Amino acid sequence: MADAASVRSFASAVSQTTSLPRHPAIVRITHWITTGCFLALLVSGAEIVISHPRFYWGETGNVFTPALFKLPIPASRASVPTGYGFVLPDQNGWSRDLHFEAAWIIVFTGLLYTISGVVTRHFRRQLLPADVDLNWAALSRVLADHMRIRRPGAAEAGSYNVLQRVTYLFVIFVLFPLMIWTGFAMSPAVVSAFPGIVTVLGGHQSARTIHFFASVFLVMFLVGHIVMVCRAGFKNRTLAMLTGRVAATPKEGP
Amino acid sequence: MSSFSRRKLITTAVAATAGVSGLAAAARIAERYGLIPPDHGGIYGPGKVLTYASHRLLTRDTFAREFPRSQISRRPVANGEVPDDEDFKRLQSGAFADWRLAVDGMVARPESFSLAQLWSYPSRSQITQLICEEGWSFIAEWIGVPLSHVLNVAGILPQARYVVSFSVQRDWVDSIDMADALHPQTLLTYGMNGSDLPVGHGGPLRLRVPRQLGYKSVKYINRLTVTDSLKQFSPGGSYAWYAGI
Repeated sequence: MADAASVRSFASAVSQTTSLPRHPAIVRITHWITTGCFLALLVSGAEIVISHPRFYWGETGNVFTPALFKLPIPASRASVPTGYGFVLPDQNGWSRDLHFEAAWIIVFTGLLYTISGVVTRHFRRQLLPADVDLNWAALSRVLADHMRIRRPGAAEAGSYNVLQRVTYLFVIFVLFPLMIWTGFAMSPAVVSAFPGIVTVLGGHQSARTIHFFASVFLVMFLVGHIVMVCRAGFKNRTLAMLTGRVAATPKEGP
Repeated sequence: MSSFSRRKLITTAVAATAGVSGLAAAARIAERYGLIPPDHGGIYGPGKVLTYASHRLLTRDTFAREFPRSQISRRPVANGEVPDDEDFKRLQSGAFADWRLAVDGMVARPESFSLAQLWSYPSRSQITQLICEEGWSFIAEWIGVPLSHVLNVAGILPQARYVVSFSVQRDWVDSIDMADALHPQTLLTYGMNGSDLPVGHGGPLRLRVPRQLGYKSVKYINRLTVTDSLKQFSPGGSYAWYAGI
């Protein structure tokens, strides 16, 4: 209890204003575990892609079949033609180990977050857009503000706007499940038990390509997320996700 | 406040004790039912245990996907290097007539099989996908004798837990558990797409374990050792021992 109290006093000392509750503990804890796992998955996933930076559609794909597209990067295998005169070292051993360790943790964290989000009505209260916000006028206004990277007003300090809500729901209920699904679909053992999860995607290589695109979307979300956090006040918003409280009148960001 | 924090403390302590003893019990059960991979140590151990245990529970009687003949890849990728030592070249020039597969370890009747002996056993062919850990894949028809048949000829002892494959490529030693070793799709392959297994694909004899990544399908195998422990075989090397992914 003493810890929480000192963190709170620290938070209020930093903001030097009265503060309002913002993020419940379960959201903060799962947010940061997910952040750590996502970065681990990103680094190890990129490492694995380097061993064969070519993508295909359908069941099979290799250097003898036409690629859907190639990444213009050097490879860690001499067998892949890249146009570069050198081969990067093979780091797939620890990369795959880290990828799966982080995948297990992020899946358990995601389950905990999803269950608690339903039970505590976090999704319904914080993330489900209000009916009045679900029209093109409201959406385009928020979208235009985002495109101009406009600083959010004080009204948004305590809750999420409609674009945030739609984006977060898309990330939580579309992109992350798609990553898990296509990840399973690339496993020859898992698909021996559930062949439908890969055949419905069009084959093993399609699953790999979708896995890659979903990760690109997640990286785009991460970049947009960080840009908006910086615009809204990096210190204040990051402290809110650490301490759970947000300054009532946010100071100017750095 | 104090009664609340005391209750919280007691709840946390009870939960932690239950968690730790639950984990210990789970570990004992997992060990008994063969759900712990041999490379379970280290920082990545928990992930490897979760993957291997869940796969072993899910895939007890499942088969790798098999494909119609029309989906066979026109040009299969022969990855890696062909052995270039004198012994291999001599065997190759004699059409591998002198190639032997030794089966030893925890078997009742250790034996050295010729290729002709392996050909005489009931063969099985399957059209499966070889998925390389790098990301590429191809589909081919693989023809051979189920590993389980050869192991039964040699007579596996009850304490056997793993089958270690040795290749003429000395740094390529790998092993599989009995679940995969006795699986009907695990073949000692000597043929591919209707003809002899090309040297580039591991001919004259390659293990095929279609429910795992390609690096578990050891090429140029000349010895199998049945064992109850992989301690002396440094399981996995830098890659994970279990590669069902």
